[in-house]
Amino acid sequence: MTIDTKTVDEIAHLARLEFEAEAKTEIIKDMNNMLKFVEKLNELNTDNVQPLIYMTEESNVMREDEPKVTLTQDEALKNAPKHDSDYFKVSKVIDNK
Amino acid sequence: MSVYEKYEAVIGLEVHIQLLTKSKMYANDINEYGALPNTNISVVNLGHPGTLPRVNKRAIEYAVKLGLAVNANITYENQFARKNYFYADLPKGYQVTQDKTPICTGGHITIKLKGQEAKDINLTRIHMEEDAGKSMHDQDPFDSLIDLNRAGVPLLEIVSEPDIKSAEEAYAYLTEVRKLVRYLDVCDGNMEEGSMRCDANVSVKIKGVEQFGKKVEVKNMNSIRNVQRAIEFEIIRQIDDIEAGKEIPVETRSFDAVNGLTFSLRSKESANDYRYFPEPDLQPIFVTQEYITSMKALLPELPAELFNRFVNDLKLSDYDALNLTDTKAIALYFSELVTKTKNYKAAANWMMGAVKSYLNENALTIDRFPLKPEKIAELIAIIDEGKISNTVASTQVFPEMMKQLDKSPLQIATELNVIQESNSDALQDFVNQVIANNPAKVAEYKGGKVNLVGMFMGEVMKLSGGKADPKMASKLVKETLDKA
Repeated sequence: MTIDTKTVDEIAHLARLEFEAEAKTEIIKDMNNMLKFVEKLNELNTDNVQPLIYMTEESNVMREDEPKVTLTQDEALKNAPKHDSDYFKVSKVIDNK
Repeated sequence: MSVYEKYEAVIGLEVHIQLLTKSKMYANDINEYGALPNTNISVVNLGHPGTLPRVNKRAIEYAVKLGLAVNANITYENQFARKNYFYADLPKGYQVTQDKTPICTGGHITIKLKGQEAKDINLTRIHMEEDAGKSMHDQDPFDSLIDLNRAGVPLLEIVSEPDIKSAEEAYAYLTEVRKLVRYLDVCDGNMEEGSMRCDANVSVKIKGVEQFGKKVEVKNMNSIRNVQRAIEFEIIRQIDDIEAGKEIPVETRSFDAVNGLTFSLRSKESANDYRYFPEPDLQPIFVTQEYITSMKALLPELPAELFNRFVNDLKLSDYDALNLTDTKAIALYFSELVTKTKNYKAAANWMMGAVKSYLNENALTIDRFPLKPEKIAELIAIIDEGKISNTVASTQVFPEMMKQLDKSPLQIATELNVIQESNSDALQDFVNQVIANNPAKVAEYKGGKVNLVGMFMGEVMKLSGGKADPKMASKLVKETLDKA
């Protein structure tokens, strides 16, 4: 796989980032280098190796269904850039999902 | 043949149900509808960095129960996955869901349309995930308002195969799903409040053609009836467009309940890239055979089983059985009632008649119905013994029973002085008197005016003060007249 302007645009959109044309050229170069570096791993045969997802061997870690109030409304809203006494406020977003 | 008959619809439904757990899916904030905005929250569901989710045990239990109830395969190794997208009501930037290992695969839900054979709607999968928060776009002139009380509420998504062929089948399917989740007590099935939601994938094709048409997803239908209306509209719209030579674009449409139509929300041509990957913060959940067996033991009798029992063992009609299994509470009450009387048909009639009217008039559900099943069984018994008539039972005795819950129906009937005279000696005396008093009418009867029986009956009833058992009185009147 190689990175071109189209891939950068797509990834930038998914990350909600915008770049100037000059920056894109640099990014294309960097990302292609990264890919080449990681390519190296493909030399290993991993046909019979399960992907490693978890860093521990634990399983079935669950909690009882017991509700708890851990934060107040004030605390919840406190760090938001914009809010009123009840709600978080964000720029009008309709249909972006 | 109309053009519409050339086509057939192919419909698959995605149903989301909110689970009736006390706390949320991956953190312990309260799961409750209608609280003050942004009060049922936690650092996990606010998407604060450095926080760790943990799976709610009860949500696994509910998922397995639903899977067993629809005869699905339960997945042994369950992983969670992140579905990534940006939206203001999803503070983490991803929804924790299941991608490659849905907790249930396969299974089916049986529907039955009036006058048709039962049909199985196959399920593709049921997987666990979490709800997003709620955005309000019309409350404030400049901003969208976000309430995160709903963020992280446990959901099961039930995905059907495209086995549904009409809007009526979709209606029947959703009705069955709702009934089932309510029987299992895993969801309250309230589409108006959004605890049960449905998206419909609708396409049409010429009958007999293998290739499916382009699929349109319809959203925002807040009742089962509206799902039916939206699908009806969508089928006609798509056929009209195809007949007019237009392409059906792959898109998402919204239902407008006021005008009964759907309108385009967004194109789906460029598929969303959700970049699913395994959620490393949640270890896998292994569902053992032992666990499945223990869950099976906890399942209540399901509506389909009750229906079959009522039809096959109690010889009730499909109609009666369907009514009596509509809610679990009604079915349980009725099940207890039929252990105390053998007159099942009468028991069914009382449930769907007087009991239901009482509940409706008092806006009660059956679990708040104060009368014990044995009292209704006793009432049926004294009717069957001929002590009171059906009419007297429902107009006089039953209302009084509702006021005097501890008294037996017989005691109440006695106090109301409505016990029928079915003692044949006493009745015979009345009949003899009436016949002796009306020699002219007797002669007319003998002359062929058979319908005079009614007049004699009336007189007997009058003499008995209205308490003569009509069946027995009528029999005696005829016998005596024929002998006279």
